[in-house]
Amino acid sequence: MTVPNEAATSIRTPHLLIALKDATLSGFVAFGLFFFLIGLRSEQGSTGALEISTRFQTLALLVAAVFAGTFLRTLAFGRGPIPIAGAVPASVTDFLASAGRFAAPALLIFALLVPVLFYQNRYLLDLGILVLTYVMLGWGLNIVVGLAGLLDLGYVAFYAVGAYSYALLATHFQLSFWICLPLAGILAAFWGILLGFPVLRLRGDYLAIVTLAFGEIIRLVLLNWQSLTGGPNGISSIPRPSFFGLPFTEAEGSFASTFGLEYSATHRVVFLFYLILALALLTNWVTIRLRRLPIGRAWEAMREDEIACRSLGINTTTTKLTAFAIGAMFAGFAGSFFATRQGFISPESFTFGESALVLAIVVLGGMGSQLGVAIAALVMLGGFELFREFQLYRMLVFGGAMVLIMVWRPRGLVSTREPSLRLDDGKAAAQDAK
Amino acid sequence: MSPPLLAVRGVKTFYGNIMALKGVDLDVCEGEIVTLIGANGAGKSTLMMTIFGNPRAGEGSVVFDGRDITQMPSHEIARLRIAQSPEGRRIFPRMTVLENLQMGATVADPSHFEDDLRRVCALFPLLDRRMQQRGGTLSGGEQQMLAIARALMSRPRLLLLDEPSLGLAPMLSQQIFRAIRELNTRDGLTVFLVEQNAFHALKLAHRGYVIVNGEITLSGSGRELLERPEVRAAYLEGGRREAAGGA
Repeated sequence: MTVPNEAATSIRTPHLLIALKDATLSGFVAFGLFFFLIGLRSEQGSTGALEISTRFQTLALLVAAVFAGTFLRTLAFGRGPIPIAGAVPASVTDFLASAGRFAAPALLIFALLVPVLFYQNRYLLDLGILVLTYVMLGWGLNIVVGLAGLLDLGYVAFYAVGAYSYALLATHFQLSFWICLPLAGILAAFWGILLGFPVLRLRGDYLAIVTLAFGEIIRLVLLNWQSLTGGPNGISSIPRPSFFGLPFTEAEGSFASTFGLEYSATHRVVFLFYLILALALLTNWVTIRLRRLPIGRAWEAMREDEIACRSLGINTTTTKLTAFAIGAMFAGFAGSFFATRQGFISPESFTFGESALVLAIVVLGGMGSQLGVAIAALVMLGGFELFREFQLYRMLVFGGAMVLIMVWRPRGLVSTREPSLRLDDGKAAAQDAK
Repeated sequence: MSPPLLAVRGVKTFYGNIMALKGVDLDVCEGEIVTLIGANGAGKSTLMMTIFGNPRAGEGSVVFDGRDITQMPSHEIARLRIAQSPEGRRIFPRMTVLENLQMGATVADPSHFEDDLRRVCALFPLLDRRMQQRGGTLSGGEQQMLAIARALMSRPRLLLLDEPSLGLAPMLSQQIFRAIRELNTRDGLTVFLVEQNAFHALKLAHRGYVIVNGEITLSGSGRELLERPEVRAAYLEGGRREAAGGA
């Protein structure tokens, strides 16, 4: 009986030592890092000069936390990588797999019912509209990043083009939303092609940098072209959408009076909700259709191997440009929806942070997966709202959550790729012919 | 004599300042299997890629069926029904075998698709059983078969094969060489084969070329080249031993 006990202690002792050693090392690194970042703080004193104050207590707490964390981690998991993949998913993955089949229709039905279920809850309706906007943006970017494999960090530029197109067309020419929507889409697609030309030869990191710069250029132009865009003041009093010509007002001839309803401000919100839902579903439908067409297959093949594509007779130039153009077009649609919903736009809404968020949604969802993108958008934005009270820490929580998800599922939440062609299409016919 | 299907004339290809091909002349006639053998870095794959327009020849010309294709972009060359199974196979790993084959049929008439699918499945029965599997999950030999099958889906007039036996077990490479011969004798397919496995390639081919440092040093019928002592010494294993035994 004593033998295994002794064996256990003899194994544990070096573990303890290793853990202590690692923890001390981490503690030192943390101390070195945080000493200037947190331990010292410069503040404006009463005379206006900078004064240095110290926060050694916070510093000590942080270093202690790092020490304890490393100590426990090494004790529990050793020095190697933590076997998260083995520990968590077995049951969770099975559950996800079985739930996956019903997830898409269930989510769709839920989305359709949201305005009915939460009619009284204006806050939730607004959140729903926000989530759907990002679902649509995610699906649009998914064409460029997920299907065609072109890393685009400036996607928000096309969103901005769409929003400003609608705002300018509607305020200057009094065009209705339904005319402006396709125009905004076309303009955004045009800018997509314009961006596409110079970056045709670039791939990966280089492409990412140029698209990032492109996003910034558009934002800076919007910010500085005072006479057209109003600069940092933005464009206000953008016309609100009407129900196919019937405005959402109290007046005669409005939506409410025509249908004999009592006027309520919620009508417009519900209309906006269904509008963005329809636009998002359109994006989804087009993407699914395109995947089965030669151009969609060419996108996916190009993501896998560009040289092989060319040797099979695919024109990679036009393939890339169409991916940029179609992705940008949907961003343009989403942008004009954003403008009509807000009634006010300014360059502040189109910062790099937006691009990063949409990209995070696509990557987190699993590149190329429609369902994954929708779930990721819901989780990300829903999560943001849930943690709104902890404003200070929510980025911290999200950073942590993303790291965990990327460790656990490096290819995104939904990483299985649905083949665009099944055997029975060709095979059944082939057997018939025998 | 009718003009060759593919005529390479004085082709020089550069990588920056380095001349990888130093004026190569080569013919492939309709219905032939022509092989190009050479050591690593001799310029075999470069020649194959130059025929396909990537990189383009710095000097000289490549003429296919009477058309100068030297400056044509790769995807247009593919539309002339030149198919390639490139070095390193380059199949689409996340797409299924069936989708890979479908990509191969990009430039083909869609009404042929099922016919062609049946043809390549008959040629490589292994693939038939793997249709719904992702390309990346296939073994090396199966991937090579897929690369050739994908190239065949376009009903090529000229098939370019870059080292189809590379990294394969002898049994599998035998199988692939058999398939090439079958395609040639049965369908009259013209094949240009780049190989390091000189013995099998020369046995299979009607004619062969030997490339050394970017220049063609020898050419002749497959049988002739197999007999040449310099070929035996440089490229055929055991050749040296035999030569020594003879002396």
